[in-house]
Amino acid sequence: MGAFSSLSDKISHIFSKLANKGKLTELEVKQTMREIRVALLEADVNYTVVKDFISKVSEKMVGEEILKTLTGSQQVIKIVNEELTVLMGSAHSKLTIAPNPPTVIMMCGLQGAGKTTMCGKLGLMLKKQGKSPLLAACDIYRPAAIKQLQILGGSVQLPVFEKGVQNPVKTAQAAVAEARKNGNDIVIIDTAGRLHINDELMKELEDIKAAVAPSEILLTVDSMTGQDAVTVSETFNKRLDITGVILTKLDGDTRGGAALSIKAVTGKPIKFCGLGEKLTDIEPFYPDRMASRILGMGDVLTLIEKAQSAVTEEDLKRMEEKLRKNSFTLDDYLEQFESMKKMGNMQELLSMIPGAGNKLKGIDAEAGEEKIKYAKAIIRSMTTEERQTPDIIKASRKKRIASGSGTTIQEVNQILKQFDATKQMMKQFGSNPKKGANLFQMGNKRR
Amino acid sequence: MGLFSRIKEGLKKTKESISYKLNKLFTGGVLDDGFYDELEMILLSADIGAEAAEEIMDSLRLGIDQKHLREQEDVIKALREIIADMLSSAQKKPPAFPAVIMVTGVNGVGKTTAIGKMALKFRKEGHGVCLAAADTFRAAAAEQLTVWAERAGVRIVKHAEGADPAAVVYDAIASVKAKSTDILLIDTAGRLHNKKNLMEELKKMSRVIDREYPEANRYNYLVLDGTTGQNAVTQAEVFNEAIELDGIILTKLDGTAKGGVVVAVTKALDVPVVYIGVGEGIDDLQDFEPEQFAAAII
Repeated sequence: MGAFSSLSDKISHIFSKLANKGKLTELEVKQTMREIRVALLEADVNYTVVKDFISKVSEKMVGEEILKTLTGSQQVIKIVNEELTVLMGSAHSKLTIAPNPPTVIMMCGLQGAGKTTMCGKLGLMLKKQGKSPLLAACDIYRPAAIKQLQILGGSVQLPVFEKGVQNPVKTAQAAVAEARKNGNDIVIIDTAGRLHINDELMKELEDIKAAVAPSEILLTVDSMTGQDAVTVSETFNKRLDITGVILTKLDGDTRGGAALSIKAVTGKPIKFCGLGEKLTDIEPFYPDRMASRILGMGDVLTLIEKAQSAVTEEDLKRMEEKLRKNSFTLDDYLEQFESMKKMGNMQELLSMIPGAGNKLKGIDAEAGEEKIKYAKAIIRSMTTEERQTPDIIKASRKKRIASGSGTTIQEVNQILKQFDATKQMMKQFGSNPKKGANLFQMGNKRR
Repeated sequence: MGLFSRIKEGLKKTKESISYKLNKLFTGGVLDDGFYDELEMILLSADIGAEAAEEIMDSLRLGIDQKHLREQEDVIKALREIIADMLSSAQKKPPAFPAVIMVTGVNGVGKTTAIGKMALKFRKEGHGVCLAAADTFRAAAAEQLTVWAERAGVRIVKHAEGADPAAVVYDAIASVKAKSTDILLIDTAGRLHNKKNLMEELKKMSRVIDREYPEANRYNYLVLDGTTGQNAVTQAEVFNEAIELDGIILTKLDGTAKGGVVVAVTKALDVPVVYIGVGEGIDDLQDFEPEQFAAAII
């Protein structure tokens, strides 16, 4: 459901039908807004939130100078994206730390949102920041929930406090006392998943809150949640006055409109998000990126950041030098593959490119990754001399390289050909450094 | 509590809120644009999705014109019929024995719980049941399934955490063959459908079943979380592509979520909804009835 391509196409279509330039009429705004409405609904933004949003943006749009050209449609999308970003709020990834330790963090949410896993991730993140967290197992209902937290605690080497299936309010209190005794400055309380309409269990959360006075009450929400996200977060917020939200399973391909719904009805910040199965897969939440994702516009900022963290200043300087001297070798080629690998999973990277969602659907990212693996094996099977001067690689050397890397001569040929093409491209950049620079500017302009 | 009343109970809140909206709607008595818009909003709020909602509204408009409907009851009835029709496009067939049912889905949808409930259901019907704990990834998943096995009074085959899930399946098949057990229920690890290697793992398990137990009747069920929005459609499509689904289990319908996304799912795929989960109790798993489901939604 790569919506941006279709959304921008549809809006472009509306614009292309309009001959005159000038101010947008109400009808044109209405048509455009209808497309945006569908896009937001398909992204699971709650329909009342969509309704409010559309009427607010429509007001802005009527009378606005928007050229009725293709760029005009881009302008509309820009306005929509900006408004969405405003609605998503600013970044608040900081946790409130209590003046007197321990700081108590209470997790809550529906069944299957990912609370227990998130306890492990939060714990590990805080541990890396020099804190000493204690995990408290207060889910006495789900079979083996306590055991799950113990295993997670074990794998990140954090203590887990449990008192079996006794009243969770008591367990929470005892956990805080234990933390005080042992010098743990953070207590993360895992609670049972519950329905927001289960009065008895919601009361239990209120009791835990009253007993341990948490600095943070974090509602954990599955990012794939549909229209009901509004009801759920509203109820949890009403009863517990939550301090923030954690969005889980964002490594899926959901557009995550629930994030907008939750922000709109609770006004509480989304602080973190879960992005994978590993316990290190937790990130601060970036509202502007989420806005783009909901519209299906990819995540250019994250992509740029990943590229920056994978390639150091020195690497760049060296590469520039090579470009100038046109001495790009197979060793450098190999290095490029390595830094690509450092940027992460190819599929994930592709999903961050604006509009890629739909257009690249047919492309098999993992097959691409396989190819990189083979390419690396092929280059590694070459001698230093061969890597420096690939021209010497003739039939018999090819045969040796193929058998050394477990590939075929055709595949070796392919890599050599690709290398040549890359070198040619580099040569062009080298002779005209501005061209290369333009590539980067383009990336920046988009924001 | 009987089957019907339990579904009703589980979906009561939904029905109440929607009926209220409809009643409010109909007191005006005029079927104008505002009326249709409002009705579409009701469908959208049930997670039916923009596309499916539009299709439903088109058929409803057509029906209202053709049959000259003017009464509230008639329009509701027509709307229910349209939704029920869409949901019954794929026919579900009761499992034949010996059966292997592999239960799949993304993380946190309620696979293990659904298996616990199914185990009891089949045992109550007089069948021998064995569970395979092939979620070897999530911490304590096998322990969780073991508790359900005890509750349902059925056998379980499990390995250590981190073991190859296909190996668990292999052993479980050997066990059900040796003891001529009617049904093998396989619990699998939650996996996001866009993780290709995990989907490959699922295919591998499927191949092991085909190879080791060709005489068994195979059923692949996908568990969908009733609170999930439009992403459920993609989930169903990708899982179906990987292992060809025979049925859908829709869980967590005891909250305020409507689970209407199954309408969009059955529209996209020829896969029937088999069961719905309406609570945390071991007997809170019910057969899916399109008419009842539609009636409970509107």
